[in-house]
Amino acid sequence: MSTLEHKLTKTNETVFTAEFHTLDGNGFEKAKKVADRFRGWFDGVNATDNTAAHAHVSNVASAIAMKQLGLEPILQVVCRDKNRLAQQADIMGASMFGVENFVALTGDDVTAGDESEARRVFDLDGPQLVRLMSTIKRGEYMSGRKIDPAPHMFIGAVENPGAPPFEYRVQRVAKKYAAGAKFLQLQICYHQDRLEKFCAGVRDAGLAGKIAIIPTIVLVKGARPLNFMHNSVPGIDVPADQIARVEKAADPAEEAYLQTLEFSQHALAQPGVRGLHITDFRNDDTLERLMTDLGRVRRITTTNEDKDDHAYSA
Amino acid sequence: MTTFIATIEHVVKGPVWGCQDCGQCVLHSTGMTCPMNCPKTLRNGPCGGVRENGHCEVKPEMKCVWLKAYDRTQDWPLPATWKAEYNHLRPPVDNRLKGTSSWKNFFTKRDRWTPTGWKNSTDESAAQGADH
Repeated sequence: MSTLEHKLTKTNETVFTAEFHTLDGNGFEKAKKVADRFRGWFDGVNATDNTAAHAHVSNVASAIAMKQLGLEPILQVVCRDKNRLAQQADIMGASMFGVENFVALTGDDVTAGDESEARRVFDLDGPQLVRLMSTIKRGEYMSGRKIDPAPHMFIGAVENPGAPPFEYRVQRVAKKYAAGAKFLQLQICYHQDRLEKFCAGVRDAGLAGKIAIIPTIVLVKGARPLNFMHNSVPGIDVPADQIARVEKAADPAEEAYLQTLEFSQHALAQPGVRGLHITDFRNDDTLERLMTDLGRVRRITTTNEDKDDHAYSA
Repeated sequence: MTTFIATIEHVVKGPVWGCQDCGQCVLHSTGMTCPMNCPKTLRNGPCGGVRENGHCEVKPEMKCVWLKAYDRTQDWPLPATWKAEYNHLRPPVDNRLKGTSSWKNFFTKRDRWTPTGWKNSTDESAAQGADH
């Protein structure tokens, strides 16, 4: 059982997950540096799958690197680039290297990336992919062909509480729960009222304690990335007063940090919220500061070298 | 005959619902809104990229197919059994049916075929998430 699964299903502890950085040239060296910053802080780290429709080192390769570097990966699988056969191959491939956490996403469209001319796949959609993961966990491929022994899997999904149709988002959660999702990483949401309504809705739908809500928090250095998210990332709306607050502050970097801390504390206070997912765009000491301010104690139990010895025997 | 039926269906459903000839029609369960008009062809609800004005991430000029489906399911006088199916988990598209008549596939029950692994996974088995 992964640490993430253990904490979410057997304890009441708050969990912290993070977005691994995208890897390109000299990827493993970069992975080592990120792992050194992340190790001991997080219960799971997302091995991203071509984020924002840009090609990078693959999700499976990133997840294996993380295992070798002492992080616990969460394999992100999106529907945009691969059909169901390739998705199953990725899940089984990662599983072979001991990856146990999986999260299913529909994924940004190809038009969000830098190769808009590419064919979009979407052979499955997000909820169907969750169900496919449950099928593999049960010991069968989509076709019914047996997998023996079945891989151990802890399955999650995503949802965006900040995009319309707001009330319907809760019904989507119920659908993903029924398909087998046990945790739910949320898109960053700069409207606190929307997050409040979403979490209350999930509770009122009878899903409290059944699906762990993990809202996303983003560490930014100033107003520019807030403006970028607002203008360029579909499904993210940053209210003008939140942007102005950072933009007009005497110390924008400090104000941006305080804003992140405030949104973190607000998110953690919502019903059904079991932790936070952190996307770090700052790459400075505020990651450590945020974790400390939220009461997290860094726990490093293994080193790179320890992990290297048995990375392939998990 | 089969081609004839498919042609009639295309002529009727094309202009009205923007039918994409997937051959496994789910219009009745989606507020008479064809999900195959979603650029991502999502059959189980909207993605997370819906714009603040309710329009599509990919085609900003178009209202999200799933917002239409949701509103129509609430507002239109559709049979209760159809409305009840709105939140069902619709199975993956069977790509072999593309271009065939969904009317024929409905009457022959061909459109209800799903792969064995999918069929064997139930909401109960998935929710329990039997550990190994």
